Amino acid sequence: MPQDSPLEAAPAPARVGLFVTCLVDTMRPSVGFAAVKLLEDAGCRVEAPRAQTCCGQPAYNSGDRADTQALARQTVKAFEDFDYVVAPSGSCAAMIREHYPALLADDPAWSARAEQVAARTYELVSFLTDVRGVNAVEARFAGTVTYHDSCSGLRELGIQAQPRQLLATVQGLKLSEMQDSDVCCGFGGTFCVKYPEISNTMVGDKIDCIAKSGARTLLAGDLGCLMNMAGKLKRTGASVETRHVAEVLAGMTDSPAIGEAAKD
Amino acid sequence: MSGRDAILGAVRRALKRRPDDKVARAAVEARMGAPKRGPIPARAQVGHEAQVDLFEAMAVEQSATLTRVARAEDVPGAVADYLKEHNLPPRLRAAPNPELDALPWDSQPLLTVARGRAEASDETSLTGAFAAVAETGTLMLLSGETAPTTLNFLPDTHIVMLKASEILGPYEDAWDRVRAAYGPGKLPRTVNFITGPSRTADIEQTIQLGAHGPRRLHIVLVEDGPMNRPGNGADDGP
Amino acid sequence: MRSTARTFKENAKAAVADPQLRRALDHVKSGFIGKRAKAAARLPEFDALRDAARDIKNHTLDHLDLYLERYEQNVRANGGHVHWCATAEDARAAVLEVCQRVGAKTVTKGKSMISEEIALNDHLEAHGITPIETDLGEYIIQLRHEPPSHIIAPAVHLTKDLIEADFRKEHTQFPEGRSLSEPRDLVDEARQVLRDRFLKADVGITGANFLVAETGASVIVTNEGNGDLTQVLPKVHIVVASLEKIVPNLEDLSTILRVLARSATGQEFSTYTTVSSGPKRAEDPDGPEEYHVILLDNGRTQMLGSEFHEVLRCIRCGACMNHCPVYHAIGGHAYGWVYPGPIGAVLTPALIGVEEAGSLPNASTFCGRCESVCPMRIPLPKLMRHWREREFERHLSPAAVRYGLAAWAFLACRPALYHWLVGLEMRVLGALGRRKGRFAWLPFAGGWTRHRDFPAPQGKTFQALWAERKAGRAP
Repeated sequence: MPQDSPLEAAPAPARVGLFVTCLVDTMRPSVGFAAVKLLEDAGCRVEAPRAQTCCGQPAYNSGDRADTQALARQTVKAFEDFDYVVAPSGSCAAMIREHYPALLADDPAWSARAEQVAARTYELVSFLTDVRGVNAVEARFAGTVTYHDSCSGLRELGIQAQPRQLLATVQGLKLSEMQDSDVCCGFGGTFCVKYPEISNTMVGDKIDCIAKSGARTLLAGDLGCLMNMAGKLKRTGASVETRHVAEVLAGMTDSPAIGEAAKD
Repeated sequence: MSGRDAILGAVRRALKRRPDDKVARAAVEARMGAPKRGPIPARAQVGHEAQVDLFEAMAVEQSATLTRVARAEDVPGAVADYLKEHNLPPRLRAAPNPELDALPWDSQPLLTVARGRAEASDETSLTGAFAAVAETGTLMLLSGETAPTTLNFLPDTHIVMLKASEILGPYEDAWDRVRAAYGPGKLPRTVNFITGPSRTADIEQTIQLGAHGPRRLHIVLVEDGPMNRPGNGADDGP
Repeated sequence: MRSTARTFKENAKAAVADPQLRRALDHVKSGFIGKRAKAAARLPEFDALRDAARDIKNHTLDHLDLYLERYEQNVRANGGHVHWCATAEDARAAVLEVCQRVGAKTVTKGKSMISEEIALNDHLEAHGITPIETDLGEYIIQLRHEPPSHIIAPAVHLTKDLIEADFRKEHTQFPEGRSLSEPRDLVDEARQVLRDRFLKADVGITGANFLVAETGASVIVTNEGNGDLTQVLPKVHIVVASLEKIVPNLEDLSTILRVLARSATGQEFSTYTTVSSGPKRAEDPDGPEEYHVILLDNGRTQMLGSEFHEVLRCIRCGACMNHCPVYHAIGGHAYGWVYPGPIGAVLTPALIGVEEAGSLPNASTFCGRCESVCPMRIPLPKLMRHWREREFERHLSPAAVRYGLAAWAFLACRPALYHWLVGLEMRVLGALGRRKGRFAWLPFAGGWTRHRDFPAPQGKTFQALWAERKAGRAP
């Protein structure tokens, strides 16, 4: 019996530049490899240019426009030859897609280049569903999960249905929605260290909602938020595991969850 | 330099505009001379009967009460019944409005009706309305010789006689009616839009009626029919 | 009022540790958000109305001088007076002058944020005139000598037990054994106390939600009816309003009114929308004999045409703070001045200076929920970021932040060096954290590890592993 393969529905191979994001690069490369698998399954040829570092949000959100522009130029240059730029993060994808054009608008040498890269930049899961037409994944995950909508992805890129649509096709997975899944977890980049008490209150409220969902695993699409929530869950002794949604969608959940000890 | 010159000068500097800018002046004149409507909710653009029903539903949702009567002559009886039902004293302060004066108050011998602006001791007022807006169940009352504003706010209970022909769809239709009555750009001292009785949610976000204004807003709706409506009922739905 | 925005961090720290405040703030989350969502969903035209409302204000601001002139002309035609006040001081003086001329002893007040902004009550009191706040929330906080903590729900930081205690202390004319435990009791008692004040006041002061150029009218939107009693009973009605409240005509007013109450309280329409034009007419049986408008600039013209221009569209509905997770955590007082929440984070630095209020635009995660509900589509995160840029340009941000950023940016702009260095660092951290998978403490990360663990990195970076994979696959 022929199997439904996501490959069958996929359009022509596309060259995708993976914007790994500085957090995935340094903290959790397994998310990057999960992204690579999902993209390759969707018929993409993936490269991860070494000339990339960070999208510039820490500088941008600290009011440091000059350094942000320098990083924007570097990123544009590194990715402008690809058909698409894909990031396993709504926040970094939104930075490139929504903010680079305005940042470089007054620079005649760069504004058109920034516009072009911006228009071809996507967050991973929405790229799979909205651009590559993926409507199912081949993965198994036994257990109940809950999904946190990270702010930039949700409000700047409109990512809400897409991860839920794909999660629904993971065998054995049950989604239990938490209350206020669309409310900020309190990470906010440098916010969480500049205003630790406020951030702590926010993440405290968030993990209450996670606990009430009854889920054993927390998923989201942005590693910053995930590290924040995982760090709070671990500090309070909660047994909920935390993973990037790409790991589950790719069926790559062998590595310890975020903040968990290695299993050896 | 006067405050006026300083402020207008600062505005013009910020907008980088000379005071005699003809294009800008023309834009403002155009907007003043021929006000354009924004998006009008579809719910307000229905036939008159549906507007009357919508007005009732929306007003009741906002905690107003409403009784329908067939003729103006039935209003005194409806008012007396309402007071009796709510154990309110049979006394009214009515707006000095010839239309209210003309009602057959003799039919309610137990009811005392005084005229004029509200006094602190008045428990219940009776007023007419200039119009009503079906969109949100909102009454529109205009101040004037026959309509003291105090009647709308001081007494605990405010009863309004509203004719079905006074019910319009959106706010804009009500403004058109005001312009027709007062002339363009002219308003009475006070236009009161009233939607339900007074309320507050200032204590723990729990809604309590009767914060400072009336605790009860009762509407006696006279079903005078579309034929009495200015501009007839040609646009009425089936 | 005196600003405490400079100590925002300390204010916030105290606020999150206050269990009573956290309990009170739960009402913001549970009440406003669902009601607004329901009201918006019920009106299919809601988003089209938001666009139209934004466009109306943009047009008005672009022609503000001409609309102000037209507005003034029409106020005068109605027999009213316009007092153009460039500063808060001018505005206080203008109000006092009117009050003193008519020999006012007591003044009733409708809720007005401009009155808070210009610290009007203190000024009147200093000159022997007693201001009486009549909005229930404002009345409660006046008894407590507190500023409002929310622009439409000034006492939202209080629970009913605290209010009961205040009423028992202040309203000594009532029997001690009376029941005051329910909101209903408290509302009734305030109504009784304030009714007499309304009747005796010499001057009534209200704010204005809008000023209509077409007719020279001021508009207030309320639920209690206190604003109406404030303006109809005394001899004199004074309106205090800032100059961006102008809308061109009654149709424009109607459009914006459709989004105001729905965004603010989730009501279809507020109970009372009152449009006032000048003093009572000769034939009117009631109403004020004098009508004055205090038209305040106080920094608005500085925002006009600047990168903060768009904030002048604000109609003060409070939706941004109602939906702000930071506001939910700390309440309004922590912001330290009149306007809390996201709108305060943008307005306050403009009105009292970024030196004083620089923390406010920084205290946001840029989650964007405020912008997503703003009826006037004000890009609040973008405007907060502009303040951060100004702060950075003027070297007002802390030195540690500046040097840290500079070092990081130096590295991030040199990919080869960056990958080598973070590769090394992650191998070390990964090895150290491997056993537990996380750190309970890390040097220079106290802000993080005080409240949560820091997940350990997996070890090698993605770039290192990717290079290995490519080398392995190389033909």
